[in-house]
Amino acid sequence: MTVNLKVPDLPIREQRLGTIMVYEGTAKNLCEISREGKGCGMGCSFNQNTGCGSGCAMDLLALVRDTALINHGAIGCAADFNNWSNVYRLGLINRGLAEEPISALSSNLQEKDTVFGGLEKLRATILETRRRFAPKAIWIITSCVSGIIGDDIEGLASEMEREAGIPIVPIYCEGFKSKVWATGFDAALHGILRKIVRPPQRKQADLINVVNFAGTHVFTPLLAKVGLRVRYIVPFATLEDLAELAEAAASTQICETLGTYFCHALETEYGVPEVKAPPPYGMGWTDAWLREIGRLTHKEAEMEELIRTERAEIAPRLAELREALAGKTAYIFAGDSYAHSFISVIRDLGMKVIGSTAYHHDARFDNTDDGLNSLQNVLDYGGDVDNFTVFTKQPYIALTILKKLKPDLLIFRHPDMASLGFKLGITTVCINGDANRHACYLGVLETGEQILAAFTSRNLYRNLAEHAQFPYTEWWYEQENPFVFAQGMSDE
Amino acid sequence: MNEFIEQPRYVCALGSQQTVLGIPRSVPVVHAGPGCCAKLSHALNIGGEGFAGVAMIPCTNSTQNEVIFGGEDKLRETIDGALKLYAAELFVVLTGCTADIVGDDVETLVAEYRRRGVAIVNADTGGFKANNFVGHELVLKAIIAQLLQGAAPRRQKGLVNVFSVLPYQHPFWRGDLEQLQRLIESIGLKANILFGQTSAGAAEWRAIPRAEFSLVLSPWVGLEAAQLAEELFGVPYLHYPTLPVGALESSRFLRTLADFAGIARARVEKVVAREENWYYDYFRTLATHYTQSRSPYPNRLYSATDAAYALAFASYLVHELGFVTEEQFLIDDVPERYQENVREQFAALDSDQAARVVFETDGGLIHTALNAKKYKPSTTLFLGSSWERDLAWKFKGFCLEVSLPMHYNYIMNKSYLGYGGGLRFLEDLFTNIYLQNANAVRNRVIMADYGH
Repeated sequence: MTVNLKVPDLPIREQRLGTIMVYEGTAKNLCEISREGKGCGMGCSFNQNTGCGSGCAMDLLALVRDTALINHGAIGCAADFNNWSNVYRLGLINRGLAEEPISALSSNLQEKDTVFGGLEKLRATILETRRRFAPKAIWIITSCVSGIIGDDIEGLASEMEREAGIPIVPIYCEGFKSKVWATGFDAALHGILRKIVRPPQRKQADLINVVNFAGTHVFTPLLAKVGLRVRYIVPFATLEDLAELAEAAASTQICETLGTYFCHALETEYGVPEVKAPPPYGMGWTDAWLREIGRLTHKEAEMEELIRTERAEIAPRLAELREALAGKTAYIFAGDSYAHSFISVIRDLGMKVIGSTAYHHDARFDNTDDGLNSLQNVLDYGGDVDNFTVFTKQPYIALTILKKLKPDLLIFRHPDMASLGFKLGITTVCINGDANRHACYLGVLETGEQILAAFTSRNLYRNLAEHAQFPYTEWWYEQENPFVFAQGMSDE
Repeated sequence: MNEFIEQPRYVCALGSQQTVLGIPRSVPVVHAGPGCCAKLSHALNIGGEGFAGVAMIPCTNSTQNEVIFGGEDKLRETIDGALKLYAAELFVVLTGCTADIVGDDVETLVAEYRRRGVAIVNADTGGFKANNFVGHELVLKAIIAQLLQGAAPRRQKGLVNVFSVLPYQHPFWRGDLEQLQRLIESIGLKANILFGQTSAGAAEWRAIPRAEFSLVLSPWVGLEAAQLAEELFGVPYLHYPTLPVGALESSRFLRTLADFAGIARARVEKVVAREENWYYDYFRTLATHYTQSRSPYPNRLYSATDAAYALAFASYLVHELGFVTEEQFLIDDVPERYQENVREQFAALDSDQAARVVFETDGGLIHTALNAKKYKPSTTLFLGSSWERDLAWKFKGFCLEVSLPMHYNYIMNKSYLGYGGGLRFLEDLFTNIYLQNANAVRNRVIMADYGH
């Protein structure tokens, strides 16, 4: 798609990427439907709660080091401040940096603001944010209230930006804007692109941008072996780190769902090539990712040597893990591409992926290069997945599917879904938090060790399942079709 | 007054989804944007999923369609689905910011279901309207006014409606309710406890009009609910603002309760004597144990928590442990009409230094004030959230976490209420003091090793 960094906002995923919210079928079929742009399914008449873009934008921007953040909404929209502050503080300690809480204020919109507008309050909050934190930039996270009452946040930000001499960046991630929470990533990254990233002043031929979450810096030691440096985006970056992103040799991401817009925009606007390979999850994907980075940085030979030595190093333990896990079946729940990545890891550990649920499915990414088609990569590297579904959390649907498929192992990315595994007595690994731990060759081992440890806790799962309670009616337990509430469903 | 908030310690009115989840077999049906339930569940997480919490909460997940064209159809579909899916006794429809600004007529819609015999009520809990302390009360009032319509007031001798701690917002709510029930029933009354695992669920709510009286055990939250029950069903109420921690307050509470209920003093005194004998048998060992420990004894109290917990712990620490009250930051946005009353509740404490009550919702300002203080760490105790734990680490002062957010505690049925609760507080306080004292020594030694 065309990137336009002149405008404050970009189209939501449903419009931009043809996002599919409900699907039941095979991975192969979904991939074909997506390629043909046919779309399928609309949604369900009944839903359990999902998630919104505001949390996703917070997840990235609250953790930028020398900036401050304003949540321009009711106080409940700031309910995640404490969590991100804890993630931030511990992350700083982990990196040997001085610990501090996040710098964030809620404008705490009240009923009167819905009548008279929230701009004066936002102005006061911006002034207080500057006074309290002296930030190098301010992010304004919008909300349902600010969006519906129609505050001219862009105008106010531009005006105050001139007075303050620092970037003041509105992020349009109103909760009601999109059914796809990942739209909040796009909004946050669009804000960085349009107001922070500057045209390159020099080229840094050894610098690789990696879009990720707050995770361990595992890519640094690996790529350092071939003389490359890593710039982690966005958590724990400084404003200056973000400003010079266009100087990098290449951009890549731990998850296409997270970084698709950002890496594509850096490529089309500033000529920073996007690494057109699957992300480094699993053995084959990591090989391909490293090779592509090697090609873009003219380090093909060094990269081959790196792949050889890294693979050799983990081979003995990997063989043991594969032997221990052989024949086990797994089911994976995660957000779109991250589910695909984990299919790759689990298969490389010698397990069979009997099914997977992605919380949404983007029919295409901003960059439509096949190297980045993560579902196609799943098919190419390891074949089809028989029971592939798309729905957003919905533990009641998941329950019906799991009772039928009875996998040996469940992998969840989101902790609010993971309790389901325990309640069903299925060995469960929740891979929330640090996604980087599972990346690259060592990440395959790490994941395997975690799974092995989980299998040894079988008494815990049995114990919890024996005493689990569900709120559902007998009627629901009698349903064979988990998608009874779906409207306009089609697996054609 | 500036309204912005740094370091939030509560959420918005829609946080009362957790109030509904505090009632066994009750389900909130949330008519709001897609992210509200998850953010709120994550912030108010002490007590797990409950019956149908966290990802199981039904929600309209309202997006542009519902905002532009109205969300009543989507809400109807969501309620229809919820009625089929959940084996619940009570549904409470809660609106968020989107529905309340758009102006969906939820009241009429929900009343239609009620006419068909469905146990369902609604409350306008748009986030911009209030915080969850008020939102909690909105839900109490909604159930009392809508579910109990036409209920015939036939008194049940000794039955007491209990309006007290907030499910999930008060970190010890589950244990607190168990302790309160135990206390109230120890003198022969029957607690209509309404929330928590010992509650009989919706049946207890239906019994509210039959109660002999209601008990509001909190400085201000619950007063309006009790007044509504009085207005609609003639149920009188007793307002006892101090949650009882330890023997002094528990005994005083039981005597007041008995007098209000018309229970013979002799009966209460027998209970009090038994409980106090038990309590002081443990309490008196404090003298020897403590003096042998070579640890400092803090006696200056700073609090940053809601009015209910702040008053409860200040009363205990002042009256039983000889503390002096420093600033008491009350974080629950006490409505102006109750503030004078709350000040008086603190003024009544027998402290060498009158408690300085500060109504402050902005955690940033609380920390600015606390950072500006000169502390003698060994004499200072902070009661607050993990934000205060971090501050106490910085000052090397002592801290007990009693308020959200809590990152460093796992709580099941712990409670500091009642006679036993006072002892539990002592255990936690001194364990904390001894550990921290040992760590301080250890750190000094490590620093010396590295030549600092």
